[in-house]
Amino acid sequence: MEQLLNRIKDKIEIESLKKRDDLYFINVKEEHIIFLLSYLKEHEGFTHLAFLQAVDFQEYNLFQLTYMLYNYNIKVNLGIKVMIDREKAEMVSIHKLWNHAWQYQRELHELFGINFPNSPNVNESFVLEGWEDIPPMRRDFDTLKYSSETFYQRPGRSTNDPKEYMREKLYKNFVEPPKIRKEND
Amino acid sequence: MKKEDIEKIEEQMKLANEGLPEKERQLFSDARPTSVPPLNKYLEKFLNWGRAQSLWFLGFGTGCGAVELRPLMTSRFDISRYGIAGRPTPRQSGVFIIGGYASMKTVKRIVRSYEQMQGPKFVIALGSCTINGGMYYDSYNTINRIDHYIPVDVYIAGCMPRPEAIIAGFNKLKEKIKTGKADGMNKYAENFDWYKKNQKQIIKDWNMPDFNW
Amino acid sequence: MNILIKIIYAIISVIVAIVWGLTLGGIVRKIYARVHGRYGPPIWQPFLDIIKSHGKRVSISHGIMFYLGPVFRFGGGLGTYLFIPVIYGSTVFANFSMAGDLLLVMYFIFFGQLGMALGAGEGGHPYSPLGIARGLSQMSTFELPFSLAVIAVAIQYNSLNITTIVAAQQGGILNWTLFTNPFAVIAAMISLLGMNMHSPFSLVLAPQEIPIGPPIEMNGSFLATLQTNRGLFGAAKLVLFMNLFFGGATNLPIMMIKTFLIYLVSVIIGASFPRFRPEQSFRFFLKWPTIIGIISIIFISYF
Repeated sequence: MEQLLNRIKDKIEIESLKKRDDLYFINVKEEHIIFLLSYLKEHEGFTHLAFLQAVDFQEYNLFQLTYMLYNYNIKVNLGIKVMIDREKAEMVSIHKLWNHAWQYQRELHELFGINFPNSPNVNESFVLEGWEDIPPMRRDFDTLKYSSETFYQRPGRSTNDPKEYMREKLYKNFVEPPKIRKEND
Repeated sequence: MKKEDIEKIEEQMKLANEGLPEKERQLFSDARPTSVPPLNKYLEKFLNWGRAQSLWFLGFGTGCGAVELRPLMTSRFDISRYGIAGRPTPRQSGVFIIGGYASMKTVKRIVRSYEQMQGPKFVIALGSCTINGGMYYDSYNTINRIDHYIPVDVYIAGCMPRPEAIIAGFNKLKEKIKTGKADGMNKYAENFDWYKKNQKQIIKDWNMPDFNW
Repeated sequence: MNILIKIIYAIISVIVAIVWGLTLGGIVRKIYARVHGRYGPPIWQPFLDIIKSHGKRVSISHGIMFYLGPVFRFGGGLGTYLFIPVIYGSTVFANFSMAGDLLLVMYFIFFGQLGMALGAGEGGHPYSPLGIARGLSQMSTFELPFSLAVIAVAIQYNSLNITTIVAAQQGGILNWTLFTNPFAVIAAMISLLGMNMHSPFSLVLAPQEIPIGPPIEMNGSFLATLQTNRGLFGAAKLVLFMNLFFGGATNLPIMMIKTFLIYLVSVIIGASFPRFRPEQSFRFFLKWPTIIGIISIIFISYF
């Protein structure tokens, strides 16, 4: 695996991170992503695209896309992370590499508003039929506000802190155990 | 009343079916649902007894509640003892079970299935999600109160309710039917405009007839 | 005057058949439940279902044929039943038996299905034509061994009159067709499995594949008519088999016991085997039962 990473590093500029023996992550620049994915698929045996998902980094004005690949021969998961601009959210479609990627891209298009030009059926609604607001998985979307404006709240709803509530109701005589310092601390 | 007046009122009572394209509108009925009064006292009592003894339900597995419906039918909590059986088609079933949370997409299907059911029809709402949204009360996609979209006869609270609780709910429904209080169908027909307004508020792409006969 | 009494007798006989057929259905549901390890619905559950279905306040129709479908089905059941003498020697349960009634009964068995096919087809649901296609194809295949068995019986007793056939089987258990012509009985019993539509031949109402099949759009009183017919037609089939192969019945309790035992064969096989796929079922009927049916004709003609 280390050899594989070195081979990639010879070609393009990446940062790699080892999480477990069978789980690695690679950060890559946006312009290298198609080259890297097709190289991994065609030459290194990462033939399976497990998922494609996005994370909203509102603070840095970025979206992070993660392409999770799997190699059946050496049994390693490889996540490829790429940062794209949040304002002009657009990414190259990879449905030519993995045919089923269009479904993920359709989902991301609807829930995050990331555009994938030329991806099949990307504009069809996925779970939200006739959604008119901003894409709901973006972090500047206030879901509680939307829910209370759109749906009818039933009055009389209250919340409790589970820890306090259980101690009050069930374990009145509960004594907090003394904290044991770990040796490493 | 004059004949012309009656025709005028009938014209006003017709549904526009605006969701459908122009060429498909004549394929669907544009009549509203009407409330059907009960028959004379003793016959209605007998029929109510019969309805209570034979409940065929249409399970709508929207959420985790559908998992609790399977053990009901198998040997441990054998629901067929009470004359309750599942039916795969809305035309033949009389009880509609909403199995948990309903998202905006599924509400459309729930409304369609509910309107296709015939006759005195009853709705059982399973789980807290159908009552007040449950743990999904702040979700952008999950409706909070199912009773604003279709009339509900019995709620079964819990997250998720055990099969025993569902059997208790069925028994409650039977009592309600026997006393003639479970009248959701007429309630729906009488408050049709209010229900439609609520439904159309969340189902944005309304591409079906206003009432699915 | 004579015909009036005959009509009253026929009405009594039909009501008895419906009640017995529905009760049999209830018993069978109970047996299935016990096989599954369940307690099962009460025996009178089919009656409650019919009351419930008639008690529907609204009912949707899709056109004239949709109305006529259940009527044809019920007419088919009624026609089948009314030409079978139920109890040998009884005037009340003799129905309208006459010379050559066996052919008429065999026609009526098919008639109901055809009417139902027209009615259900107008419902417009995609599963109805699927169920009809399966039902009619299966019907054609299991009619073949059944017809061969009936031909063998007709050759054996030199008659197409059910009363004559029953009369010839009286006087001891060894006079039954079951012992005088065993091959015909085997072929006919296998085709009865298909007729009763329990698994492995429950292709038409397969609830897991094509939910409920042809009657999927039927509701309210349409469905109640079909349910009533299921009682009547079920009883009629069993009575026909009892008359042709198991020596008929001389009184009501014997009729009940014999029909129940004949039905039990279907139920035991239905409770133990999973469902065939359509093409497996068709091939099965065209293979072994047909061969046995041909053997029965050869057997009865030359030995």
